[in-house]
Amino acid sequence: MLTPSKYWRESPQRYRLEAAKCTKCGKVFFPPRLVCDSCKNGEFEKTTLPDEGKIVSYSMIHVTASNFSDEAPIALGIIELDNGTKITAQVTDCTEDELAVGVPVKLEFRKVQEAGESGVLCYGYKAVLKR
Amino acid sequence: MEGIVGYGAYIPRNRIKVEEIAKVWGADAPSYKKGLMLEEKSVPSPDQDVITMSVEAGRYAVKRAGVDPKEIGAIYIGSESHPYAVKPSGTVVAEALGATPDIHCADYEFACKAGSEGMFVCFGLVRAGLIKYGMGIGADTSQGAPGDALEYSASAGAAAFLFGNDGVIATVDATHSYMTDTPDFWRREYQNYPRHGGRFTGEPAYFKHTLGAARAILEKTGLTAKDFRWATFHQPNGKFPLRAGKILGFDKEQLEQGWLVPRLGNTYSGASPIGLTAILDVAEPGERILMVSYGSGAGSDAFVFTVTERIKEVQDLAPKTRDQLDNNKRYLEYGEYAKFRGKIRKIEE
Ligand SMILES: [Zn+2]
Repeated sequence: MLTPSKYWRESPQRYRLEAAKCTKCGKVFFPPRLVCDSCKNGEFEKTTLPDEGKIVSYSMIHVTASNFSDEAPIALGIIELDNGTKITAQVTDCTEDELAVGVPVKLEFRKVQEAGESGVLCYGYKAVLKR
Repeated sequence: MEGIVGYGAYIPRNRIKVEEIAKVWGADAPSYKKGLMLEEKSVPSPDQDVITMSVEAGRYAVKRAGVDPKEIGAIYIGSESHPYAVKPSGTVVAEALGATPDIHCADYEFACKAGSEGMFVCFGLVRAGLIKYGMGIGADTSQGAPGDALEYSASAGAAAFLFGNDGVIATVDATHSYMTDTPDFWRREYQNYPRHGGRFTGEPAYFKHTLGAARAILEKTGLTAKDFRWATFHQPNGKFPLRAGKILGFDKEQLEQGWLVPRLGNTYSGASPIGLTAILDVAEPGERILMVSYGSGAGSDAFVFTVTERIKEVQDLAPKTRDQLDNNKRYLEYGEYAKFRGKIRKIEE
């Protein structure tokens, strides 16, 4: 489960898709990292990922962690965004038979998890099918 | 001249039909359909709430306005279903829009008129020159108790308006607020569902305040119904806004575009604001719009807008309201609806 501090630290990525772009070779990292793995440069500039892309792979999770059991089965997808960056995201508001490789999606702001009845509410991106 | 510089609406894709609810409670669906002019309503998914819908509507408003979110100096979200009892919805929404940290934020509550309160204050702050842009949002995921009349109408949606004074798409020509202490509808602390005064919600509540605010703003501006191309009123059911409009002298053609309730349901704080977005989606430069909200308790905020030339440049920049209402729908059965809304719960593991 996400703690409030970990959730808060990740909010630029979860809320606004902020990524780091290597100032030397231009490679984009999401989430950001300290050293570029292709050119070893340590300087990055902030960039925002596009919020549209397509499913390149997906999997249905039927037996979930206990805090997601109400939502089972959950579709988890690897999404290739329009700039080529790949991210992992839950695909929401859909049934299994609507999913396929190549299907266009859009990222929407959704509730990602609730820390029990009284804990913090965690928000972030999920993919929805473009229809 | 100050006014709206960007707007956006968000409607979840789930729907439930009046028949599906009536079937469970042995109620008479035709009487709801004819009596209240309700056909179906929107339902949020389990991962949607006032915060998520406000972010989507807010993003569309920023997109249409074409402004840097850092220049937004205030954000006010009006709702009676804020996800937290303590922690403003606006904190999360402003962060997601990229508008923090130099911003004023508060959540508003006033039953169904909390959204127009946010709009009212943003407009005032812009006019006073205290902020460059301000965002007012009306959003709700309201609930009616199972089997209660409200269960047929209480729905979900959000509308966001960015106010400013350059790049205005609709000027605010006048505002008027009208409020009294009227106990027509309320919810006490720790209660899941609201209570209402039945028939008392009509004449002394909805009509008195809606018509009171509308008549006052018409008198203030010297305008009559004929001077407007469009009007939208709070829409708790299909009948009330049409009747209020008719009493004020508006015809069906002026009311239809913003009259979304038969297939959207009552989005509470989102209701007349979402109606306004549907009007802005099709409005032409020079057209005048009247909007009157209503919130139980009770009061109404009235606005007169005039659409500018720039409207044509922004209408297609984000999803339109009636497209979200008409397309991409998913119909729920009552069981799935009850689960989505937390009306039934699984045993804790
Ligand atoms: Zn590099």
